[in-house]
Amino acid sequence: MNVPQPYQVVGRDRETADTVTLTLEPVGDPLPAFRPGQFAMVYAFPRGEVPLSLSGTTPSGTGLTHTVRAVGPVTSALAGLRPGHHVGVRGPFGTPWDLAAARGGDLLLVAGGVGLAPLRPLLLRALDEPRDHRGVALVVGARTPADLLYRDQCDTWAQRAPVAVTVDRPEPGWTGNVGVVTTLLDRVPYQPRNTTAYLCGPEVMMRATARDLVHRGVPASRVFLSLERTMRCGTGHCGQCQLGPLLLCRDGPVVAWDRAEALLAVREL
Amino acid sequence: MTTSAGFLTGLTEPQRGQLLALAETVRFPSGARIFDEGELAERFWIAEEGSVALDVHVPGQSPPIVETLGPGDLVGWSWLFPPYRWHLGARTLSPVTARQFDAAAVRDRCARDPDFGHALTCAVGSVIGRRLRGARARLLDLYGPPRGGGR
Ligand SMILES: Cc1cc2nc3c(=O)[nH]c(=O)nc-3n(C[C@H](O)[C@H](O)[C@H](O)COP(=O)(O)OP(=O)(O)OC[C@H]3O[C@@H](n4cnc5c(N)ncnc54)[C@H](O)[C@@H]3O)c2cc1C
Repeated sequence: MNVPQPYQVVGRDRETADTVTLTLEPVGDPLPAFRPGQFAMVYAFPRGEVPLSLSGTTPSGTGLTHTVRAVGPVTSALAGLRPGHHVGVRGPFGTPWDLAAARGGDLLLVAGGVGLAPLRPLLLRALDEPRDHRGVALVVGARTPADLLYRDQCDTWAQRAPVAVTVDRPEPGWTGNVGVVTTLLDRVPYQPRNTTAYLCGPEVMMRATARDLVHRGVPASRVFLSLERTMRCGTGHCGQCQLGPLLLCRDGPVVAWDRAEALLAVREL
Repeated sequence: MTTSAGFLTGLTEPQRGQLLALAETVRFPSGARIFDEGELAERFWIAEEGSVALDVHVPGQSPPIVETLGPGDLVGWSWLFPPYRWHLGARTLSPVTARQFDAAAVRDRCARDPDFGHALTCAVGSVIGRRLRGARARLLDLYGPPRGGGR
């Protein structure tokens, strides 16, 4: 899994002004199956390689879906790819979302911005296995209504589970919520002591959300965050993604709050 | 399986009862203005159903919404602190049912019962703190283009 495997772009969907979802199928043998929360190192020839979380699977079962936001050279190159283009993919890397932790209880997914992408496969799996837990709820925060990912899908999910969406800055015509994502934590149903929460978004947003959830009674060991640091090798060797004793490409990106809280409080240089 | 948090959870059960004894239930149609910036803050509300937008008067354009409030939320806190004037406006985004309070009667109760007054001031203070933290987080524009970290 450590040599990039050739994958072909077979689908490209524009999500927002700077974000697209790419569907990839293997040219040769597929990589081992990815689990929600894990990430791939995706190589855009000749620009370089970046970590991207799994944002979905394909009907074939061998394909990968990644939602990529163009923020720099490599992600811009990836966002500009068209069906027929090729990329190199290594993986799967990192820790998956711990769905088993939620068995019998409530699941609360809290997404900020493009952080909804890594939560999507978890949500879909949870919706497909309704007997395994009491309830699933999704809370989403975005910068503006135009920055909301998967808008049509959010409407479909809302028919199957409570979904609450808020934006930082409304645009004319927006009739939904305005405010930070934590203001929605009382607007969806869950029993805090019996809840497993999955958070993905900017770190400041995840820290505020984790604190609020623990204050409401959600156990810190069942609040999971997807943490990001610059990653190079993906295999726990280069040390780029170190966070205290953790190498996030191997021991993360998904880490529980009881472990992450103290590590995230340490100031980095 | 609900969390039913909100403003009232900041008070003990007896204090909640004391406060609610001063309330009457009111209903607003969608699109109603509840109060306007600069007016005397003579009443306040706890929303029970529906959604309320806090907005700012800007000449020449429809008032931009700075935050929305929903069930369980305190609508208005300027009634507790001098000069008792609204800093923002409020308008319903849907039909709203709310508990309405007479601000002078509640302030009077606070003055006569310091324990109750302290608890209510703390509960309102924590609402103000939450809204301040939210406003600061939005100032950071966390979901905007990265400036060296964060997606
Ligand atoms: C485990 C993991 C999963 C990720 N999943 C996704 C995903 O599903 N979709 C997606 O769009 N992005 C994801 N990212 C972020 C993505 O990897 C970075 O945006 C990318 O590496 C930027 O590379 P670049 O060459 O385009 O830009 P660069 O020039 O390297 O960076 C451009 C800007 O982005 C900032 N940046 C770089 N890396 C990161 C990072 N890891 N986190 C936050 N900011 C960063 C830089 O500081 C700089 O300001 C993930 C990152 C990690 C660690």
